[in-house]
Amino acid sequence: MTFLYLFLEFFKSGLFAIGGGMATIPFLYEIAKNYDWYTTSELVDMIAISESTPGPVGVNMATFAGYLAGGVPGSILATLSLVLPSYIIIIIIARMLDAFQKNKYVKNAFDGLRPTVVGLLTVASFAIVKVSFLKEEVKEIEKLLVAIDWKAVVLFAILFGAVVKWKKHPIVYIGAGAVAGILLNMQF
Amino acid sequence: MKEYLELFTSFFRVGIMTFGGGMAMLPMLQAEIVDKKGWATEDELLNYFAVGQCTPGIIAVNTATFIGYKRKKVLGGAVTTLGVVSPSIIIIMLVAAFLGNISQYPVVQHALWGIRVAACALILSSIIKLYQSGVKNVFGMVMFLLAILVTGVFGISSVFMVIFAIIAGNVYRYFKDRKGDTQ
Repeated sequence: MTFLYLFLEFFKSGLFAIGGGMATIPFLYEIAKNYDWYTTSELVDMIAISESTPGPVGVNMATFAGYLAGGVPGSILATLSLVLPSYIIIIIIARMLDAFQKNKYVKNAFDGLRPTVVGLLTVASFAIVKVSFLKEEVKEIEKLLVAIDWKAVVLFAILFGAVVKWKKHPIVYIGAGAVAGILLNMQF
Repeated sequence: MKEYLELFTSFFRVGIMTFGGGMAMLPMLQAEIVDKKGWATEDELLNYFAVGQCTPGIIAVNTATFIGYKRKKVLGGAVTTLGVVSPSIIIIMLVAAFLGNISQYPVVQHALWGIRVAACALILSSIIKLYQSGVKNVFGMVMFLLAILVTGVFGISSVFMVIFAIIAGNVYRYFKDRKGDTQ
């Protein structure tokens, strides 16, 4: 029975969580209250671990919750249930796009959408900029200068310069960032 | 068979190299899918992201399904989706079974601090690339700035902006065509 509920709960979060990984948190919280798979304090740990390991956060959290509920099969089932709704929906949309891609209204729509999405992605990236460069939440504008993590700003400038200059694979800069982070912050 | 394996391994790599959420995945998708494999153009990535803005699910998974479907239809979509989630399943299971809460160790926190900063640098360079491919004229510039103003400053839902962009794209083309201008 646990597996049936696992499937239903994660299918539901995959279907209704719109807007990326963090949108699944309210669903995971509901699950913590309704089942004895994990507690709400375990959920806090799960979120922290999911953010510190590779992979999309939403998928990581589903895998984790599934593991706590039903071991290895549980984690596979929870993850597949989470992605099944978007798989079905995207296949349907991809087929429609195949059929309508020559349609001029669809073409015109995408001409309007592409620049808009660049703007939306710019706004979405503010979230990661905020956690990367501010040491604390800023409520008043005067406190902004004090809250800025200048070490991060300098590292950012160096890394961005390197990205533009050498155009290496992104994983190189992720690795360099990790090493720099350890060297700059560790108390040896 | 060979192409299925390639689809799986490419998206497995995208999955394993992404730390955090959707935005962190952007540079990886550009490197693996656009630059290395040529499976999609920057413009197509933007189309997929546009659809992803108004459909449920994780943007990484949605984009994987799109590209898999484009290459090898329904089965291709399944292969790429499995590819992008497999690293999570393996890594999280190992962490849950053996390591416990790794995020509490200082060395992990310090590394993540640096990874976040590197991700910001990569994302900025990704957005510049997308801007060059997606914003081509004054109309595009207006839509780009409007999207930032409406969702970033006024905090209005991006779904509203997507619907507005669909209408605006058609209205713009209508007036362009009436003027007898081909471009």
